[in-house]
Amino acid sequence: MGLSQIIFLVLTAVVFFIAFKQFGAIYQNIKLGKDEEISGDAGWRWQNVLLVAFGQKKMFKRFIPAILHFFIYAAFLMTQVELIEIFIDGFGGVHRFFAEPLGGLYTFIISFIEILSVLAFVATIVFLWRRNILKVPRFWKPEMVGWPKLDGNLILVGELLLLVGIFSMNGADTLLQQLDPAHYPDTGNLAISSWLGPALFGGFDASTLHVIERFGWWLHILVVFGFITYLPFSKHLHIFLAFPNVFFSRKRSRGEIENMPEIMNEVKSMMGLVEDTGEMSEDIPEFGSKDIFDLSWKNILEAYTCTECGRCTSVCPANMTGKKLSPRKIMMDIRDRAEEVGKNLKSGSDEFISADKKGEGVTLSKDNYDDGKSLFDYISNEELYACTTCNACVEACPVMISPLEPILEMRRYDILTNSSGPSDWLPMFNSVENGGAVWQMPEERAAWTKEDN
Amino acid sequence: MGVKTIAEFAAEGQKPEILFWVGCAGSFDARAKKVSMAFAKILESAAISYAILGNEESCTGDPARRAGNEFLFQMSALQNIEVLNGYEVQKIVTACPHCFNTLKNEYPKLGGNYEVLHHTQLISQLISEGKLKVEGDAFKGKKVTYHDSCYLGRINSEYEAPRSILNELDANIVEMDQSRSRGLCCGAGGAQMFKENEPGDKRINMERVDQALETGANVVAANCPFCITMLTDGLKAHEKQDEVMVLDISELIVQANGL
Ligand code: SF4
Ligand code: SF4
Repeated sequence: MGLSQIIFLVLTAVVFFIAFKQFGAIYQNIKLGKDEEISGDAGWRWQNVLLVAFGQKKMFKRFIPAILHFFIYAAFLMTQVELIEIFIDGFGGVHRFFAEPLGGLYTFIISFIEILSVLAFVATIVFLWRRNILKVPRFWKPEMVGWPKLDGNLILVGELLLLVGIFSMNGADTLLQQLDPAHYPDTGNLAISSWLGPALFGGFDASTLHVIERFGWWLHILVVFGFITYLPFSKHLHIFLAFPNVFFSRKRSRGEIENMPEIMNEVKSMMGLVEDTGEMSEDIPEFGSKDIFDLSWKNILEAYTCTECGRCTSVCPANMTGKKLSPRKIMMDIRDRAEEVGKNLKSGSDEFISADKKGEGVTLSKDNYDDGKSLFDYISNEELYACTTCNACVEACPVMISPLEPILEMRRYDILTNSSGPSDWLPMFNSVENGGAVWQMPEERAAWTKEDN
Repeated sequence: MGVKTIAEFAAEGQKPEILFWVGCAGSFDARAKKVSMAFAKILESAAISYAILGNEESCTGDPARRAGNEFLFQMSALQNIEVLNGYEVQKIVTACPHCFNTLKNEYPKLGGNYEVLHHTQLISQLISEGKLKVEGDAFKGKKVTYHDSCYLGRINSEYEAPRSILNELDANIVEMDQSRSRGLCCGAGGAQMFKENEPGDKRINMERVDQALETGANVVAANCPFCITMLTDGLKAHEKQDEVMVLDISELIVQANGL
């Protein structure tokens, strides 16, 4: 076994081990949310996976970014095919394993990848330009500083490196096939490399070409490895999570806010509509969501799926008119909070056990967790109460995220459990409760029918 | 006009075809009361047998639920469902998209199952069935733009019914930059109607009114009492209230037909 095979093997093992740990942690963090069964309507779910996740249907509401994004996405998908060969070559110490058995088909597949790669290259340049020079407003909101901004650019730079890798590898290979056909099987005429190779490296001797080819090969796989370990920290998780996220979308009317059966039953028994079961527990119950534990696991999955594209924020009427609310920030905050809690839980440190549950032999778990913080340390009331529930964010999101759900859940916590909220609402609440109308009215409800018109 | 309550129908041993859910705005807001009247006139002219609940109606609970006050929502909603089920109501029409949404999408989970229509849907049906004719050329040559309310449009995907009614008028219909699923909120939803705005650069209704003014329309057609208030306030702030009118779709029909 050659040295490069050993390096490749060890590297692969390390990368997959790290990735396994990291993705496991994300899975655990998603499960910090409330259990909720989301099932049924399999046909509708698969249709969404096909059209929205795979076909990126909702992206195409904005054609230019959609088509550019599609190039990168298609190149990414196709590169996976190429990766199969890279792994076989890397492990087996062979070169272009599929070239001979596949023959013309091989030429076609690799050419296809090359063409997509060039399109992806163009798209990447345009995206970097849009983000940094054109300064498309949705990429320049307050939440898009620091890591999120770097993240957006890093991936694009990574994409460029990948392309350099692919074309060095294929370009040099094309020339080597003529110089050393015994070691470099014929790939046929590759769409781009068959002319780009000679144009860039024509006249180089075999050993230089060999170095270039190896450089390209290693660069390619190293970028891929880097990408796998970097994904868990990045908005690019969406390339995987978009699929389950879309699959587990709730099938209910947009106009319906999640019912709260506990409260419904309580009110029903107050009104004498059902027998009082006397089941109300002694504890004062908490309603709504104060922290990620009170959100559904689906909300946390959505937070990890968020692409930080800002389509939601750019159509949010509150954000558009200068309010602090940004639906994208809501999703980013939930993810950050989930990461924070997940990290603390992993530390196992007693300092995160809530004071009243501390004791001999008690170990830190999600049920006794208390770090003195909550989602409200990330999301302010000023943000929550600026929402008009207009659903523009929900409509805009390309991966079927609802930033509105957590907003409403947090309002519920603030109003029902904290008995807080905007004081302006009190008269409205009182009038509805006592007079059955949103305003306190002296007249009869049907008085309008008697008025002259 | 003699608008009958469902209790009056019941006293005569009768049931109306459809219940007109008036809503808080339609009952008490000076501007929205005119819309209730306009819609009642349309129902009358199409000879529809309808009734209102009168004092037995109360707030659907939409603003309470969206404010986060689920207790209050449940109290309002369950009480209304008691009344509606008591009268065995099957079909409801309302001129408020918030009432429409809550009755249609939220009451079923609480035990209230009805066929619910927004008044623009009913009017458009009446027109296509030939029960209502839109006449006159009151709007000939006028520029009319249409504001999609969030709760009828984006949330309940009803973009066509109101537009089909407008197409009956001899007017020049112009769309705003943001319309249909991209329609911009007027700023009232989510119980914003009942509180001061959070700090910002602009009021949402001003943003929407600017878009409406850009079209150069003389009339902004709306389908929601809260949108009407918000848009009218916005026009007043620009001192344009005499040049540009904000009218409910039912009011356009009433004017066109001289009802
Ligand atoms: S629903 Fe709320 S957060 Fe979403 S776009 Fe509308 S106002 Fe913004
Ligand atoms: S919630 Fe959806 S629309 Fe908003 S930033 Fe995330 S992915 Fe984009």
